[in-house]
Amino acid sequence: MNDLIQDGAWLPFVFAFLIGFSMLLYAVLDGYDLGVGLLSRFVERPNRDRMVGSIGPFWDANETWLVLGVGLLLVAFPEAHGVVLGELYLPVAIMLVGLIFRGVSFDFRKKVAPEKQEGWDRVFFLSSLVVALSQGYMVGRFIVGFQPGWVSELFSIFFGFLVVAGYGLMGAAWLILKTEGELQRFAVKWARRAIWAMVLGAVLSSLTAPFVHTRIYDRMFAFPEATLLIAMPLVSMLLTVIMHFLLGALPMPGDRLAAMPFAISVAIFVLGFVGLVYSFYPYIVPGSLRIVDAAAAPESLMVILIGTGIVFPFLIGYTIFAYRVFRGKATDLSYD
Amino acid sequence: MDAFVLSRIQFAANITFHILFPSITIGLGWLLLYFKFRFQRSQDDKWMELYFLFTKIFALTFSLGVVSGVTMSFQFGTNWPGYMNTVGNIAGPLLAYEVLTAFFLEASMLGIMLFGFRRVKPWVHSVATFLVAAGTTLSAFWILALNSWMHTPQGFEMIDGVAHATSWLEVIFNPSMPYRFAHAVLASGLTVAFLGAGLMAYKLLRGDNGPAVRAGLKSCLCLAAILAPLQLVVGDLHGTNTRDYQPQKLAAMEALWESGEGIHLSLFALPDEEAKENRMEVAVPKLGSLIVTRDLNGYVQGLDAFEGEHPPVAPVYWSFRIMVGTGGLMIFAGLYGVWMLWRKRELPRWFLQLLRGMTLAGWVATVAGWYVTEIGRQPWLVYGVLKAEDAVADIAPANVGVTLAAYLLTYAVLLVAYVTALFYLTRHAKQSGDVNRKPNPV
Repeated sequence: MNDLIQDGAWLPFVFAFLIGFSMLLYAVLDGYDLGVGLLSRFVERPNRDRMVGSIGPFWDANETWLVLGVGLLLVAFPEAHGVVLGELYLPVAIMLVGLIFRGVSFDFRKKVAPEKQEGWDRVFFLSSLVVALSQGYMVGRFIVGFQPGWVSELFSIFFGFLVVAGYGLMGAAWLILKTEGELQRFAVKWARRAIWAMVLGAVLSSLTAPFVHTRIYDRMFAFPEATLLIAMPLVSMLLTVIMHFLLGALPMPGDRLAAMPFAISVAIFVLGFVGLVYSFYPYIVPGSLRIVDAAAAPESLMVILIGTGIVFPFLIGYTIFAYRVFRGKATDLSYD
Repeated sequence: MDAFVLSRIQFAANITFHILFPSITIGLGWLLLYFKFRFQRSQDDKWMELYFLFTKIFALTFSLGVVSGVTMSFQFGTNWPGYMNTVGNIAGPLLAYEVLTAFFLEASMLGIMLFGFRRVKPWVHSVATFLVAAGTTLSAFWILALNSWMHTPQGFEMIDGVAHATSWLEVIFNPSMPYRFAHAVLASGLTVAFLGAGLMAYKLLRGDNGPAVRAGLKSCLCLAAILAPLQLVVGDLHGTNTRDYQPQKLAAMEALWESGEGIHLSLFALPDEEAKENRMEVAVPKLGSLIVTRDLNGYVQGLDAFEGEHPPVAPVYWSFRIMVGTGGLMIFAGLYGVWMLWRKRELPRWFLQLLRGMTLAGWVATVAGWYVTEIGRQPWLVYGVLKAEDAVADIAPANVGVTLAAYLLTYAVLLVAYVTALFYLTRHAKQSGDVNRKPNPV
């Protein structure tokens, strides 16, 4: 234990935690953005404008968590970063092109000549779909340790579908919170469909999982760790059932419990994420690189950590401030 | 082509596309703050009209900068792992500080700046505008600190082939950093000055000469008249810094094949790498030595002193001339415009057409200048520490080819859409007469 503290050997673990935290925040925050993008095809303007308006002030900061997470991985674990991004070269590029088009279509969809706006709306939907699918696919590839073969590819594709459904659920839950009237009723309907699409995605990937060698399965049958790993899916299932009945009762008079679906979907995401991370530990690249082996020099990590410590409270502070400014039901965004 | 060449083209394409947008947002943030400040002081609607038009342009530009920047940040890992493996201990913290101090600040405050005008108190909105401007500038600070360190590295030691920082102050404030930062921020200011002047001239030529258009044109021309001559001085100082720390880059900028005293200044030439000489050269005697060494007979090192270790000459030579030429045109346009506004209060039609034509002149100068400094560092990636060919990833050339084609196509589409949108937004800018209506309490 003393060795750990003396040589800065604890730093890689702190950074592994920070990276995990950033990635989780990214998945939750950009998850609802991308989800709204996925749902945007189901309605026409002006409802669609209202939907985009509900995420307009936030998406940019949300995406920054991805930059931070991948950036910290790059900085703290350059070797792991090289392996992961090397293995995922093409899906990463596909995601990036998706992110490019998603990001700019926010602006272009309202800033080009009227006859071209519908085209950018389509770009907005398609790019959200591409980003969600490629992210899910990449997490799938990561889970199977980049094994070749069609079963692991199939697993990754199912996982991509799971993430699309999950983001759709987050998006719908966000809309239940941020909208009212007709759009809110639509959102409830979407959420009910998304949650079962998610269950389907989870079942499909679970069915393929035993055929690819994953650490999750090794661990599930290793007592006593198994208790925790089995508890997580059980709690998730329970939450799914609660969500199903809750959605049946929404929207309620006085807009009661409108925030609950979002809270529950965040909880499901967090549980799934923690379960995954737990099954990887102590590896940073499943099956090949351990956290302690892959870290950068301690003095550089220390410099970043100090900066993070100073900046973090401010970061959280103005993030909360921005959410407070745009709290309540979303309105159409206007510059003036 | 091999993966090395393709990866280089891809990186160059990425950064060329990316730099277009920060070169606008860094300066535009401060211009917006100026418009906001003028509005708060005068309560004159014209300033808010300008503010709203240019915040739309800012939002569009910013989002293009963000998404192309995200692409950039992935490039390090996917195509250039040797870079992080060798100098990651230096580059990592600087990049992390950029994300931590600047990215989140800009991204969070941008929402309030764009959509919060009626949601927050006026002073909060002004502060948000200030923080966005400060954030973009801070972002430039960290990136240019890292970039400068790659040109003039110091404050580190090499242990087993890996750089470790010994002094962060020396790393950040390395010898070329102050010059490069000043040069880049001024370049952004000039890019914005001519963007604004060009768009306002476009409106005037279309027959819209409302008070906002006139105020915008005047502000932008004044900005150009102040910054353009200043840039000449800063650029010259940056050049002498290059003379001291990267003499082979300077030799390539001047296509000076032989070292000597009292060297000429080349105005036009076709540098020939094979024969190591310039064809069809037009030059002014002694002027080169005067500019570089402040002495008519000063000694300047030529490319012969760096046999096999100097950058490709023609691209550096020509990029430099394009940058300087554009800069000269900017000095003329800025000074002439202000002079005419002062003496005649009216701008001749040909001059408005010139300004409209120069709307994106800042892009030309910025990209050309960027090529001078980046190509001028070759074959080094980090000067004296790491060569580009030793940093490239081992990826199948076909994969790089596919992504390169995808990026190029994406960039072409977006560039056309962006420039079209710039003029569309300007053409359709709302002339709202009621910006003074009470903010909506939420």
